[in-house]
Amino acid sequence: MSAPVLSVRDVTIALPHGADREHAVEHISFDVNAGEILCLLGESGSGKSVISFSVMGLLPDNVRVASGEIRLGDVNLLSLTPTQLREIRGDDVAMIFQEPMTALNPVMTCGDQLDELLAEHTELSMSERKAKTLAMFEAVKLPEPERIFSSYPHQLSGGQRQRIMIAMALILEPKLLIADEPTTALDVTTQAEVLTLIKTLQRERGTAVLFITHDMGVVAEIADRVVVLQHGKQVEAGNKNQVLREPREAYTQMLIASVPGIEPPAERQTHAGSAVLAIKGLGKTYSSGGWFQKKRETVAARDVNLALRPGETVGIVGESGSGKSTVARCITRLIDPTMGEMMLGGTQLDTVHRDSLKLARKRIQIIFQDPYRSLDPRQRVGEAIIEGPLNFGVSREVAMARARELMSFVRLSPDVLSRYPNEFSGGQRQRISIARALALDPEVLICDEAVSALDVSVQAQVLKLLEEIQAKLNLSILFITHDLRVAAQICDRVIVMQKGLVVEEGATRDVFLSPQHAYTQRLLASAPGRGFEFHKAAA
Amino acid sequence: MNATFKRVLKNGAVRFGLIILSVLFFIALSAPILGTVDPAWLDAVNMNQKPMAQVDWTGPDNQTAPRTLIMGTDSFGRDIYSRVIYGARVSLTVGVTVAIVSLIIGTFFGLMAGYFRRVDAILMRVMDGMMAIPGILLAIALVAAWGARLSTVIIAIAVPEIPRVTRLVRSLVLSIREEPYIEAAVSIGTPTWKILLKHVLPNSIAPMIVQGTYVCASAILLEAILSFLGLGLPSEIPTWGNIMAEARVVFSSAPHNMWFPGVFLGLTVLAVNVLGDGLRDTLDPKFNKRGGAR
Repeated sequence: MSAPVLSVRDVTIALPHGADREHAVEHISFDVNAGEILCLLGESGSGKSVISFSVMGLLPDNVRVASGEIRLGDVNLLSLTPTQLREIRGDDVAMIFQEPMTALNPVMTCGDQLDELLAEHTELSMSERKAKTLAMFEAVKLPEPERIFSSYPHQLSGGQRQRIMIAMALILEPKLLIADEPTTALDVTTQAEVLTLIKTLQRERGTAVLFITHDMGVVAEIADRVVVLQHGKQVEAGNKNQVLREPREAYTQMLIASVPGIEPPAERQTHAGSAVLAIKGLGKTYSSGGWFQKKRETVAARDVNLALRPGETVGIVGESGSGKSTVARCITRLIDPTMGEMMLGGTQLDTVHRDSLKLARKRIQIIFQDPYRSLDPRQRVGEAIIEGPLNFGVSREVAMARARELMSFVRLSPDVLSRYPNEFSGGQRQRISIARALALDPEVLICDEAVSALDVSVQAQVLKLLEEIQAKLNLSILFITHDLRVAAQICDRVIVMQKGLVVEEGATRDVFLSPQHAYTQRLLASAPGRGFEFHKAAA
Repeated sequence: MNATFKRVLKNGAVRFGLIILSVLFFIALSAPILGTVDPAWLDAVNMNQKPMAQVDWTGPDNQTAPRTLIMGTDSFGRDIYSRVIYGARVSLTVGVTVAIVSLIIGTFFGLMAGYFRRVDAILMRVMDGMMAIPGILLAIALVAAWGARLSTVIIAIAVPEIPRVTRLVRSLVLSIREEPYIEAAVSIGTPTWKILLKHVLPNSIAPMIVQGTYVCASAILLEAILSFLGLGLPSEIPTWGNIMAEARVVFSSAPHNMWFPGVFLGLTVLAVNVLGDGLRDTLDPKFNKRGGAR
């Protein structure tokens, strides 16, 4: 076997004093060979991104490689001067980032950004550079390369921007490509396309790829070999099939067991009874423009029907822009729907005002996606939990006692009520958000991507908690998600939305096993790692 | 909260600003016991004395005694040291009061404009109009209309600052309003006034404190400018601007008359601004320095 393209040997990276741990990563060793994709798999805080930054020489000033060696071919990257490093970046090593919008220069056309790279690193003439750029756009399967060449990043879609990033990364034919969560910000169907693209280009060109991800599905889709990281330590390394199907270490087994299966469980109880929440013909149209602009209308959701029975979980599944969050926000009356009828028990939800709206709000509670932004950073968590009951005239003592109960209910210590949100992890904050919602004894709980921002192991715990709560309180849950695996496991029925319209609905098992609409079929086919039954592999 | 306070106090700029300002506040508060005389008292025998001159000084009690004139006297025979020390009272009062007044009013308008769209359209057009009038002209007009009193000067300087504070607070509120924790508060039935007071205001306080220091510094300067132009407080009240205005006439023969109040003015404004920069670095996450090797 030839020498590896990238060789990381026993690398330890030190964090500045006062950080939460002494080393970002400790004793990491791996090789990336030409023509192979190595995945660094880890949850947040595992140090996976720090490794990629150290290879690129992009570590912040106060973080440094304490020991070990990083070699690119025969060159020791750690001994290079900044000037030498700059030459290696682009020429020999290229990087793709998570968020293509922030990684591209917004005031330069896409063509110019590639042209600049070529002008800097090659001797080509202007017409040759343009020809090469257009050929590269063709290779990353961008439609109408000529038009894209003179477009600005904001005029393109997220998937197209990520293709531009890939084109920029590969145009100088680097030996090593570092991809740091390149598909995390993309929709599943786009993600599937971009993953296929990276894989095809990499095979054609024999590029070595260091692929950083937290998503087991993506690993299953793209990796040749996997390195699993936890809290900066290398837990396990090996071939994809070995690591995913026969994980040796307990941590890897736990991770893989946490990935929800895409096949819905067979037994799902059916829920009878009259609907708690019934929605007919709900629609929301945004109109923008005012004194000086032309009036524009955007249809965010149209003709949505939905019935939610006591104790039932209904999922709304869709990609970004499908209108699923709009529906959630209409139901909670955070925005007012432009048409349709919403009935909550006997209350006409879409027309209530002031005091009766306040009473209706108490019965529908919402949990948001981002655990870092859904709690007021300057409010103690106890105050956050009792704020709702206080609004409804409950006395402080009673509310506080209830808050302590709720904290134990969501498996947190009641003694931490006097702390501020920044002292909690993402999963703990989401539990606090759940406690805050439950403090009002709602009948309907709306989870707007409530587990999407969480690590997979934490996600599994929060989902389990939600199921327990539902069983105990006979709550109806409206679960809004883009993650088909989560929907498959938790929902009794699902509604699939695309561009503001409901394209398919039915019992979860029916929709997942025999999708009728073309879009649902495409969505299901795009789910990464379909071939792997993670939870079975680990059992 | 305590941790934030400690972090702020660790900042060198904050320490520098705080130390200088506390010394100035101490001087202003204890002016009568710092060896001063009535700043309006004139001893006609000792006119235009140089700094550190040893003279026989006739005080307000008509007793004549030897005295060292640390900063000399002006052309009326008034003790410049006493006038400068008492002048600190005016400058600091004006600076702090203007900052507080314009912050309170501007914050109120900013909260309204940022949170309620309808109020926004009207209120911000009014503020745009106020921004179009040069601050110093507006101040001159107000003082001319209402007469030169301390309260007038404070209002005259505070009014042009209000639109600036309003704009800042409005922009903060506009982004905070979109935060999920505000939506969460709405959905648990929190009334709007409570959302504004308990969630929006506490989360916009840090940039407001920073803005307050800049308002304070510019108010101190503007007060001095108004006094210097003869549009501020009457000349018998010692303010740094008044002292400098009177010194202008005798500048070639007695430059120290201008020099001492000027140094105090510069030092005060510098200290307030340095304090503001330090607070901005420590309190405002947007300006956090990132140690990147890029």
